[in-house]
Amino acid sequence: MNKKKKGSSIPKWAWLLISFATAMCLWYLLSINPKTARSFPNLVETIKAISTMMERGVFWSDISSSLISVAAGFAIGFILSLPTAVLMAWYAPVRNIIEPWIQFIRNIPPLAYVPLVVISAGVGRRPQIIVITIATFLIMTVTIYQGVINVDETLIKAARVLGATDKDIFLKVIAPATLPFIITAVRLGSSTALTTLIAAESTGAIAGLGMRIRSLNNSFETPPMLLYIIIIGIIGMIFEKFVKFLERRFTGWQEKRDV
Amino acid sequence: MAREERRVKVKIDNVRKVFDTRNGEMIALNGVNLDIMENEFICVVGPSGCGKSTLLNIIAGLSEPSSGKVICDGKEVVGTGTERGVVFQQYALFPWLTVKKNVMFGLKLKGMKDNEAEAIAMKYIKMVQLEDFVNHYPKELSGGMKQRVAIARAYAVNPSILLMDEPFGALDAQTRTQLQTELLDTWEKEQKTCFFITHDVDEAIILAQKVIIMSARPGRIKEIVDINIPYPRTQETKMIPEFLELKNHIWSQVYQEYLEVRK
Ligand SMILES: Nc1ncnc2c1ncn2[C@@H]1O[C@H](COP(=O)(O)OP(=O)(O)OP(=O)(O)O)[C@@H](O)[C@H]1O
Ligand SMILES: [Mg+2]
Repeated sequence: MNKKKKGSSIPKWAWLLISFATAMCLWYLLSINPKTARSFPNLVETIKAISTMMERGVFWSDISSSLISVAAGFAIGFILSLPTAVLMAWYAPVRNIIEPWIQFIRNIPPLAYVPLVVISAGVGRRPQIIVITIATFLIMTVTIYQGVINVDETLIKAARVLGATDKDIFLKVIAPATLPFIITAVRLGSSTALTTLIAAESTGAIAGLGMRIRSLNNSFETPPMLLYIIIIGIIGMIFEKFVKFLERRFTGWQEKRDV
Repeated sequence: MAREERRVKVKIDNVRKVFDTRNGEMIALNGVNLDIMENEFICVVGPSGCGKSTLLNIIAGLSEPSSGKVICDGKEVVGTGTERGVVFQQYALFPWLTVKKNVMFGLKLKGMKDNEAEAIAMKYIKMVQLEDFVNHYPKELSGGMKQRVAIARAYAVNPSILLMDEPFGALDAQTRTQLQTELLDTWEKEQKTCFFITHDVDEAIILAQKVIIMSARPGRIKEIVDINIPYPRTQETKMIPEFLELKNHIWSQVYQEYLEVRK
């Protein structure tokens, strides 16, 4: 992606700085506007909220609790989605039975089925992980499945005439050809895990970023609420950076990139 | 050029292919009989949809005949085999592998060690003059270069027959002529049987010892034209009266079939 775009004379870091400054100005304006000031405490107050939450002894435990749920739910969802997607792509009966239900459940907001999960799985860590697993599993299965069925038929033929067995075709053609889709699945899955956090932690969690935002809401403490929202955003960006790294490392051979 | 005592390399014996489609059965090939001799260069021409690719896929073992059989070196063809190499129109290079790794692909499948496979790969990469691009990925190559890699990859596993489905169809005229010359050079050096599908009558005559004209609906062999122009053939060959005569004849036959299809 070395195409000359408008404004390419300004380096990337400068753009980042400009973008950051713009957001800060906007934030400041929102914090002095009487209509929005209550929702947007200013930067200083928001940063001060870090020490408030630390003094209460919840800051780090909220972050780590959420990260554990997200990581566990995402990991299980990923591990389940890989074979499911492959089986769906290879065996028509599997596909015909599973696909309609994946599409059906995928469009239901997780918050809607949380109570059902809690009834069976109880409260605590388990339902949180289950909710995130369901959401990430669905989106990743759909994405990886698309990847497997999109493998260019002529590549499989080319491998076959060079002497590839079914196993070779799977490991040396389908797996690498699907890799870009798997990375996209990781990207979508990790962001789904985060957006599902609030729902997942409405299961009677005792700590967590999502749970804390809800409880702070009851006491109208906006600075820590805003702080936690920003933290979720930062975690999302870190995930995104990580996926970008994977992409550069493993799929640099692709024709088109940077979508 | 008279090569002594030729052996039948591939025997296509009464091959029929029927596809089940939504609009009922579609007979793609019917009663196709053909003997491909060892080291022979055969070109197949015919209107679009007459079953050229279907026939090639059956010889390659990528597709099964509905009835009839293909016999290669005395054995009936069942599935693919490395003695039958294929070059596809769409290049079909593995985009995640470099040029060298692409050419090594088939060798590694045979269980060959890395350094051994690399040596053979390099030989064929040199043959197609891409030694400066060994570590490039396919996306960094032009169409002509990609097809050169595909040819090197097919040669590397040392097939005794090369099946090519419009390999130069997507290339510009200049690149195509260049690759034709290279292919003929290699053919004369490596002594392999070639079965080459093309739409281009000039290309067929320049390359082949025999041009097979196919008719459409259902696909059959309409005529086999011997091309007795001696090798090496060059671009000047296209000017000689013999060439023009053959071209006229083949072209009018194909055109007739094309009109049949349009009916
Ligand atoms: N998998 C398939 N299922 C159904 N019909 C098919 C299939 N493959 C080919 N056909 C049909 O068989 C006929 C012959 O196809 P084929 O691809 O062999 O033609 P072709 O001579 O190679 O044409 P072209 O010159 O355009 O490549 C066509 O009518 C095509 O629609
Ligand atoms: Mg074809």
